[in-house]
Amino acid sequence: MLSQSEIEGFMEEATVVPQPVIKAQDLNLVFGSGDNAVHALKNVNLTINKGDFVSFIGPSGCGKTTFLRCIAALEQPTGGTLSVNGMTPDEARQARAYGYVFQHAGLYPWRTIAKNIKLPLEIMGYDKAEQERRVAEVLKLVELEQFGQKFPWQLSGGMQQRASIARALAFDADILLMDEPFGALDEIVRDHLNEQLLQLWARTDKTIGFVTHSIPEAVYLSTKIVVMSPRPGRIHEIIDSPLPKERPLDIRDSAEFIEIAHRVREGLRAGHAHD
Amino acid sequence: MKTFLSVLTVVAGIIGIWYLACVPMNIKGVLDAAERAGAVVEPATPKARRDLGAMGLVVNNSFAIADVWSVDRPRLPAPHQVAIELWETTVEKKITSKRSLIYHGQVTLSATLLGFAIGTGLGILLAVGIVHSKVMDMSVMPWAIVSQTIPIIALAPMIIVVLYSIGVQGLLPKAIIAAYLSFFPVVVGMVKGLRSPDHMQVDLLKTYSANTAQGFWKLRLPSSMPYLFASLKIGIAASLVGAIVGELPTGAVAGFGARLLAGSYYGQTVQIWSALFAAAILAALLVALLGLVERFLLRRMGVTT
Repeated sequence: MLSQSEIEGFMEEATVVPQPVIKAQDLNLVFGSGDNAVHALKNVNLTINKGDFVSFIGPSGCGKTTFLRCIAALEQPTGGTLSVNGMTPDEARQARAYGYVFQHAGLYPWRTIAKNIKLPLEIMGYDKAEQERRVAEVLKLVELEQFGQKFPWQLSGGMQQRASIARALAFDADILLMDEPFGALDEIVRDHLNEQLLQLWARTDKTIGFVTHSIPEAVYLSTKIVVMSPRPGRIHEIIDSPLPKERPLDIRDSAEFIEIAHRVREGLRAGHAHD
Repeated sequence: MKTFLSVLTVVAGIIGIWYLACVPMNIKGVLDAAERAGAVVEPATPKARRDLGAMGLVVNNSFAIADVWSVDRPRLPAPHQVAIELWETTVEKKITSKRSLIYHGQVTLSATLLGFAIGTGLGILLAVGIVHSKVMDMSVMPWAIVSQTIPIIALAPMIIVVLYSIGVQGLLPKAIIAAYLSFFPVVVGMVKGLRSPDHMQVDLLKTYSANTAQGFWKLRLPSSMPYLFASLKIGIAASLVGAIVGELPTGAVAGFGARLLAGSYYGQTVQIWSALFAAAILAALLVALLGLVERFLLRRMGVTT
């Protein structure tokens, strides 16, 4: 017999049971064959739950971008299984499961910001009124309301990247995949965008996969940090962050933050030692 | 202002060289005429003059230099002669006159524009096919290149004869020759332009599961515009050349080509030169017009130039 309190304990646990959104099992990806074969991903096992903010960090060639591209069905794994929302990555893409943000904003220069954000909506066949509504909504979300009618070259790099995030948000996918989105921006702009991204994440409850080179960025943003190492590309360590969801910028001076950053750095160093 | 001045300097230089060149080119004709008129020239016989060479004649007969710029049928007409002829045959002649360059120009222009339209349409279609189909890429492109290695002057009569034998004559054969020259730059430019989007832009569309048609209309076609216009400018000039060449072998009665041909039959060099200049001016106008369209379109596409 269970006591009342024990049952309640179970119930409580049941409500926080994590829902896996992305699940990789023994994922392998080999480019080329024979002597020229490159093992881009080797035996990658990872589960990303709903609402997670997962950063992938590691040196060049560790497969972090490749893994993100596998989730997006831009690369085809050569072995293992990968499911997104319980579907294959291809099906998930058809079902508009994710928005993808590239390293460069990649806005079409011949379209205004609003029209750039409309691009996925046009392709996905939303009607005109709905397009307008969503564009206005996401422009507000990234604080670019005043810039809808501007052309990309009229905006700074940081604003362009925000517009590209708005574009990825426009069709309201549950998953946001970001491949070093702030890599090309300067430190101050990057801090600001990191802060905004966290707020956006808190408001929208999306699951985010985030590739980065920067340890502070990974630690500041993530609930889960995946440290990867190269040749062959693989997961070296997965660090769950104990930091609270509410994170002001100065959390980066706290002892906890420094402790996690230290662990990430150690992990990166150990991963490199295999070379 | 600075560019205007430098352009003017170059033009003045060319005209200067041109006037100078008229002296040795025309001196023999001037002396022959002077001898017939009873003047004393050195040397006295036409044969001796032929052996002496142009520079020797100029040195020996400096009195005749003043006349080299006003010969009736010069070997090399002076710039002002060409300019006057141009003025008389465009502004002063009625457009319906067979001697009006406007009349001839409009005949050539219609063949040029039709040929340009055919060539551009064909070029764009081929480029779209080449970009989207590996088979077309491998099969069409080599032929397109080979087609341009055949001298058009050799091909033009054949095209005209073949088309005539199946009952096609008039504007269309000329337009086809014009199209033959103008489709190639369009194919090359459009293939390059349609392939100009980078991997990231293509991947972005892939993440939206966009189909090929959407990729074409929303990404490839807009990206190709600057390339297209560069090609169109080459294409329309080539088209004009094609139309003129197409007028030569038929003994056409109208058009710049006919004008050139008639000029060469009757030794009317002034007429040949003015037809050449008229063709060049027409080509410049057409290219400039395309430039205007390009600027308008690219400005609408948010590109500042």
